[in-house]
Order: sequence, then structure tokens, then C-alpha cells
Amino acid sequence: MLHAENLACLRGERVVFAGLSFALAPGEALLLTGANGAGKSTLLRLLAGLLRPAEGRVLWNGAADGDVPLRYLGHADALKPAFTAAENLGFAARLAGVPAVRVAAALAAMDLTPLALLPARALSSGQKRRLALARLALDGPGAVPLWLLDEPTTGLDAASVERLGALFAAHRAAGGMVIAATHLPLPLDAARELRL
Amino acid sequence: MSASDDRKAEPGGLNRPRPAVSASDDRKAETGGLNRPRPARAFLALLARDLRLALRHPTETLAAVMFFVLVAALFPFGVGPAPEILARLAPGALLASALLAALLPLDRLFGADAEDGSLDLLLLSGLPRAGIALAKALAHWITTGLPLIAATPIACAMLNLPVTAWGAALAALALATAFLSLLGTAGAALTLGARRGGLLLPLLVLPLAIPAVIFGAAAIEAAGAGLSPSPFLLLLGAGLSLALPLAPIAAGAALGED
Repeated sequence: MLHAENLACLRGERVVFAGLSFALAPGEALLLTGANGAGKSTLLRLLAGLLRPAEGRVLWNGAADGDVPLRYLGHADALKPAFTAAENLGFAARLAGVPAVRVAAALAAMDLTPLALLPARALSSGQKRRLALARLALDGPGAVPLWLLDEPTTGLDAASVERLGALFAAHRAAGGMVIAATHLPLPLDAARELRL
Repeated sequence: MSASDDRKAEPGGLNRPRPAVSASDDRKAETGGLNRPRPARAFLALLARDLRLALRHPTETLAAVMFFVLVAALFPFGVGPAPEILARLAPGALLASALLAALLPLDRLFGADAEDGSLDLLLLSGLPRAGIALAKALAHWITTGLPLIAATPIACAMLNLPVTAWGAALAALALATAFLSLLGTAGAALTLGARRGGLLLPLLVLPLAIPAVIFGAAAIEAAGAGLSPSPFLLLLGAGLSLALPLAPIAAGAALGED
């Protein structure tokens, strides 16, 4: 269970948002919408612990020590152009302590198996996004409960969006939560919306 | 309650992505073991990745080595080819050119990861921030310091350093470059995100490297004069052992600031 209490964020001297509170239960999904600059990405970074809130706190299962088990996917794909798709995913697996045997399955989950041995610099921007999303498939469904996604479907084709939908559904069925900032419709059933 | 007790028992970085284990959540407890990142494992994964990246892009390493050799080769042109004057200058020239060469790749140490988003991945990996910095410093030393040491005999020959001092030169450069890798990592973390941080970095790091130049050059000079270089090398080692814990901690604290 994730609780955000009275969150506020300052950027420079400007208040990006203030007095923001919400709760998310296992299996739920939350869409962050709003105009450019409304603070969607900032809120995601704040929930991930990459930024400190100016005010308020984030509670995970009632505790506020900032120890939230999560996966974060930012705007950038966090891929090394010199590494192949499989190597990029293999590094993410080793960093997260996931067995390397999961890499093949994660590649397959986003239909990247034929591209596994291509260097990431040779991939199109949509394929890079798919590779970044494949990191979410490394953990078993729901194993890392909170997914924080910043515009996850940018550049994806319809078939990939469908695959991502299957990934989301399995994750949520296993008790996982998804918070996604987006301008595009996402394959998330019964998602709540938070307008910033 | 058990979740918070468990947390206290295991100190770690902010937001370590570890599944909360509570009595009411047995399913997650079962899968939790697989996803619990072990800092040592993340440290080795990061180190291995950086070394592998350096192998794929050897230009940075080669550029640093070439820079070192070229700067050492400039001295004979500047001061004239008189062998005794060159030998007198050699210790200081070796240290100064090696430290300048080792500075070259520092600018991209965190910059590349910050730009492509990998740094967020590292910060959320459960590896303490000081651990990230230590892995980066070690990778920098292996990919820059070691090749510089390998090229040292060439520079020694060009500066007409007495052969008896070559051993001391290798040891002094090994310690001095390791010292600079640690200081430079702290500098790179501090200047990350600053505009023109690459220009700021040498101004920040080089003054702090002065002790390494003094003791390193003194060690080489002593060996050239037939004395024991070990007191100076030990002082250099003392500086290194001071920087070893402090620089990564400072770098880690700087990485936390957005």
C-alpha cells in the first residue's frame, strides 16, 4: 500500500505542485495526466526517491523511511549504445540481482528476441523503448510491487502497446501497482487518474 | 511491525528496491529473495559494465595514454636536449603529465550515465551512493591509471630518467593515479549537472593533487640519487588510504543532490 501525504515540490523558486495526497492499493493503477510542466515527471522522481519533497512524505505499508521496492523507467531509456540488447538487459538483471536466465524471457515478453544480438545503437527509438520496458519483465509479475513509468508508450507500435498491456495485467493480477505519467491512452484497465 | 524491524536490521541506501516482507504478505516473501539486490553484486556488475564499455570504446584510454606520452615528449623541446637538465626535470614532468592525462576522461565519468538515464538505474539499485562512486573510481583507475603506468617507461626514456629510478617512477605513478582517480570521482560527482562542469573539474581537482605531485616526484628523485624512495611512497600511500574512504563518501553525497 502506497500513501502520498501532502506532497509539495519546488523547482527553483517555483511551486510545481503542493498539497498532493493519494493512496494506491495492490493491483491498482494510477495515471498522472496534465499539461507539460505540470510536474508529472517530477512526481515520479519524487516517489522513486530521486528527489526529496519540499513538504509531505511517502509511506510504504505505513512506514516512511523511504524504502519502497520499485522499478523506475524515466524519459531516457538508460541503454548503452555499444551494448547489445541482451547485454543491456543482462546488466539490468545483474544490478537488480535477478538471475541471468530471466533475460531471454524478458526479451521475448517485448518481442525483442530477434534483436537480442544487435547493439542498442542500431535499434529504432521505439525498439529502444521496448528494450527499456523489457526491464520490467525481468522480475516476476508483482515481485517488485511498484512500477513508476514516465511516458512508457512513447514511440511504441500498436502490437507493442498490447504486449505492454499483458505485462501490466499480469503485474497487477499479482498485486503489483503501476503509476504512469502519460499523454497517450495506456493499456491499463480501470486505472484511476490524477490530474496535476 | 515485522517489516519495519527487518528494515532497521539491514541498513542500506535510500529506496533500496527490496520487497517489503510482512506477516500478511507471504507471497512476496517467497519471491523476495530473488529480487533482493546485494550491494556487492551490484558493485561488481557496475564495475564489469564500465570495464566492458571501455573495451568497446578504447579511444578514451588511448587518448589519455597518447596525451601523457606527448606531454612528456614536449619537455625536451621546451628545455633543450641537455641530458642532465632533462633528468633533473623528469620526476616533476612525469607526475604532472600523468595527472593531466588521467583528468581527461573524468569529465564523462558520471556525465554519460546521467545523460542516458543509467544513473537513475544505479541510484535505485540498492548500491549505496558511495559504493557507486567507488566502483566508478576503480573503473577509472583500471581504464586510465593502469595504461598510463604501462606507458611510463616510454615517458621515462624520453625524459632521460636514470634507469635506477624507473621502478620508483612506476610505483609513484601507480599511487598518484589511484589518488587522482578517487579525488577526480569526487570532483566529477560535484560538477555533475553544472554548466561547463568539464572546465570546473580540473580547477577543483588539481590543487588537491599537489601532495601527490610533491611526494611522487620526491620518491623518483630519491631513487635517481641512489637513496631509498620508500618514505615518500609511504606518504603517498597514506594520502591514498585517506582518500579511499573519504572521496567516495563525498562523491556519494554529491550524487544525492539533484
